[in-house]
Amino acid sequence: MDKKMDVTDFLEFVYSFYKTMDDHEISLVYEGEVTHQITKAFTSLTEANMEREEESNSTQKKVFHVMVECLQNISKHADFLEESQFNREGRGIFMVSKGKEEYSVTTGNILENSKIAEIGKTLDQINSLDKDGLKQLYKQQIKEGRLSNKGGAGLGFIDIAKKTGKKIDYNFLNINDNYSFFILTSKISRI
Amino acid sequence: MEVIKIVGTDDTPTVILDVENEIFEISGRSLPEDVTAFYEPILDWLDRYSESASGKTVFNFKLVYFNTASSKLILDILLKLEEMYEAGKDIVIKWHYPEDDEDMEEAGEEYADIVEVPFEQVGYSLD
Repeated sequence: MDKKMDVTDFLEFVYSFYKTMDDHEISLVYEGEVTHQITKAFTSLTEANMEREEESNSTQKKVFHVMVECLQNISKHADFLEESQFNREGRGIFMVSKGKEEYSVTTGNILENSKIAEIGKTLDQINSLDKDGLKQLYKQQIKEGRLSNKGGAGLGFIDIAKKTGKKIDYNFLNINDNYSFFILTSKISRI
Repeated sequence: MEVIKIVGTDDTPTVILDVENEIFEISGRSLPEDVTAFYEPILDWLDRYSESASGKTVFNFKLVYFNTASSKLILDILLKLEEMYEAGKDIVIKWHYPEDDEDMEEAGEEYADIVEVPFEQVGYSLD
C-alpha cells in the first residue's frame, strides 16, 4: 500500500472516531492501564464538567461512585491476551457518555472464560433484586466478605445497583476458547 | 496515649484520634490507593485505646464519600467500637451526613443495623 493511502486511511479513522464519539455523546474515553492516578484524574475531570453544567449534587455523587467502582473493577480484575500488544493485566477501555436523561459509564476488558459463569450469576442476582433486596445483600456481603489481596470488597456491583436504582447491562463477547471481552454499562439518571 | 492526626486529601480522610481533647473523628473523602495500609494504624490505635478507655467516647464519622473498599474498613472500626461497648465502655457513634445526601444517610442506617452500639444519625446543612 502506498504511503499516501495510509495517511488518508488514518485521517479518516481519526475523523470517524471523532464522529462516533460525538454520535454516542461520549465525553470521556480511555484505553489503558487503570491506576489510582487515572482514577483520580478522571473523577476530578468529570466532577468539574458536571459542576460547570450545574448537574444536581445527587447526580454528581452517583456518577462519582459508579466511576470509581468501575475503574477499580478494571484495575483489579481485568485479564489480558498474551498475543496482544496490550498484554498487561489491569487495563481496559473506559467511557463516560452523557445523554439527555442519563449518564452512562461503560467498561470493557479481557476476562478469562472460566470467570464468566460466576460474574454472570452475581450480576443476574443483583439485577433481580429490588431496593430492599439490594440492601440485604449489601449488609450480608460487607459482614461476611473478606477484602481480597487486591483490596476488593466484593461490593462494587451491589453498590452500583443500589446507588443508580437501575439494572446493570453486561455482555461477554467471545474472543477464543480461553478469553472473552466483558462489557458492562451502568446508567445514572440526571435529576 | 499518642494522638493520631492525619490531614485529609482529595482521596484520604482527615483522621483525629485525641484522647486528651476527647476528639475521635474521621471526615472527608475515603478512596485511598491502599485501604488496608491507610486504616491499619487506626485499627491498631483503637486496639490499644480499648484497653485504657475510661470516659465517654463519642466517635464522629463525617464522610462525604467513601468507596466500597473503604466501607469494609469502616465496618472494622465500628466492630472494634462495638466490642468496647460490649465490654462495658461508654461509646456513642455519631454518623454525620449532608442533609441532601440520602445515600450517605442510608449508609449510616445500614451500619447501625449491623453493629450493636449506640448510633446517632446527624444531618447537617452545607450552607
